[in-house]
Amino acid sequence: MKPAPFKYAAPDSVPETLTLLRAYGRDGKLLAGGQSLVPLLNMRLARPSVIIDLNAVRELSYIKEDNGEVVIGAMTRQRDAELSPVVRRKLPLLAEALGYVGHPQIRNRGTIGGSIAHADPSAELPAVVAALGARMVARGPKGRRSLDPEEFFLALLTTALGPDELLVEVRFPAHQKMGTAFLEVARRHGDYALAGVAATLSLDGDAIHDCRLTFAGVGPGPVRIAEAEAAVIGKHLTPQTLDEVRKIVTDRLDPDSDVHASVEYRKQVAGVLAARALRLAAHRLGGAR
Amino acid sequence: MKPKGSQRPRVLDQKDIRLRINGREYTGNVDVRKTLVDFIREDLALTGTHVGCEHGVCGACTVMLDGRAVRSCLMFAVQAEGVEIMTVEGLGTPEHLHPVQEAFRDHHGLQCGFCTPGFLMTALAFLNETPAPSKDQIREGLAGNLCRCTGYQGIVDAVEDAAGRMKTQTRKRASANAR
Repeated sequence: MKPAPFKYAAPDSVPETLTLLRAYGRDGKLLAGGQSLVPLLNMRLARPSVIIDLNAVRELSYIKEDNGEVVIGAMTRQRDAELSPVVRRKLPLLAEALGYVGHPQIRNRGTIGGSIAHADPSAELPAVVAALGARMVARGPKGRRSLDPEEFFLALLTTALGPDELLVEVRFPAHQKMGTAFLEVARRHGDYALAGVAATLSLDGDAIHDCRLTFAGVGPGPVRIAEAEAAVIGKHLTPQTLDEVRKIVTDRLDPDSDVHASVEYRKQVAGVLAARALRLAAHRLGGAR
Repeated sequence: MKPKGSQRPRVLDQKDIRLRINGREYTGNVDVRKTLVDFIREDLALTGTHVGCEHGVCGACTVMLDGRAVRSCLMFAVQAEGVEIMTVEGLGTPEHLHPVQEAFRDHHGLQCGFCTPGFLMTALAFLNETPAPSKDQIREGLAGNLCRCTGYQGIVDAVEDAAGRMKTQTRKRASANAR
């Protein structure tokens, strides 16, 4: 048997899940798609005493539009979101980033909420959430609350969710009118990002009106560099501007090194990706007008 | 099952499950921590599905679950209650190989064969979704499976060829049905 012993429950509703969390949340663990948790269990790096399996909670699997937002249930499979016409049309940044999440076999099981609640710093979805200012909706014994990315992601693999709270949905602002691009470099397609970037921008004439650059894989969580964003706002995206962004990003980032990539390499790659992503996002916006 | 008063809700060590594999119904009583691939191999003796890394990296244990390729080492058997699974045993027989298997044989898409069951199931799921893929699409589609022998060239060629063979087979079936 690979994992250490645990007890198991498979609730089929949110209230039943909350009851289980209240009883076992402190030393238990929620199981969503299992594509990050089960490896940790199999390697016995995680030894929760109780697993609360969310896969029978069907009410958490949906994609719907609500007043300018696209609302995605936490247990929606990544593959279903990736193929959803609503996501492709209204959330092009999310659709593009999902293509980088693991492999098709992973996305067939992995969930939107699971990846966000896991808060792996090299994962794509937390960066997308931070780039778009999406809101995480949690339910707990005290009811429902909604958290901004800044409130939600606290540190490496750590979110503001309490042990008795459940992430139930993510509300993404529709952004089909913005230019967006997601780019990343990994050892092979589908591996964790050595460095990744989500770029979003809007134009005022030909100049950049607003812009946001959010990085994955180069810090303890999604990372933004205000200085790099400020360097393009109000300007035209000339090769000089893009080169300046590249330099600021490379200079300001403070990533860790590991067996896959050195600090210098990650900084370099992130800078180049930031410039490419801005150019691509502006090009897409121009093409759409 | 529902908690009453201060009683803690019930949690399980073991569970009875029922599922279909390759069109046949199976039942079993499983420890909740038993992975799906171990259940398939050890309890049901369907050893065609291989188990390699056991943490979702190598893809050797890929099976089709309700028509989608998934890693059976990253699921617990208890989670497979009521599902329909297809393993490599459901693909073809030694006398009548599946077109994907024929293509792997003809293009030397395997050497030791350890990764092959996973590649075949991944390839089948991929071709069902992408019937006329480019070489780049094939490489991306197969990126979740590792092969230490072939260097992948033969596998990519095999999947490209299999796309054509499956189309021919579909056409033949359609015309046979029309007759």
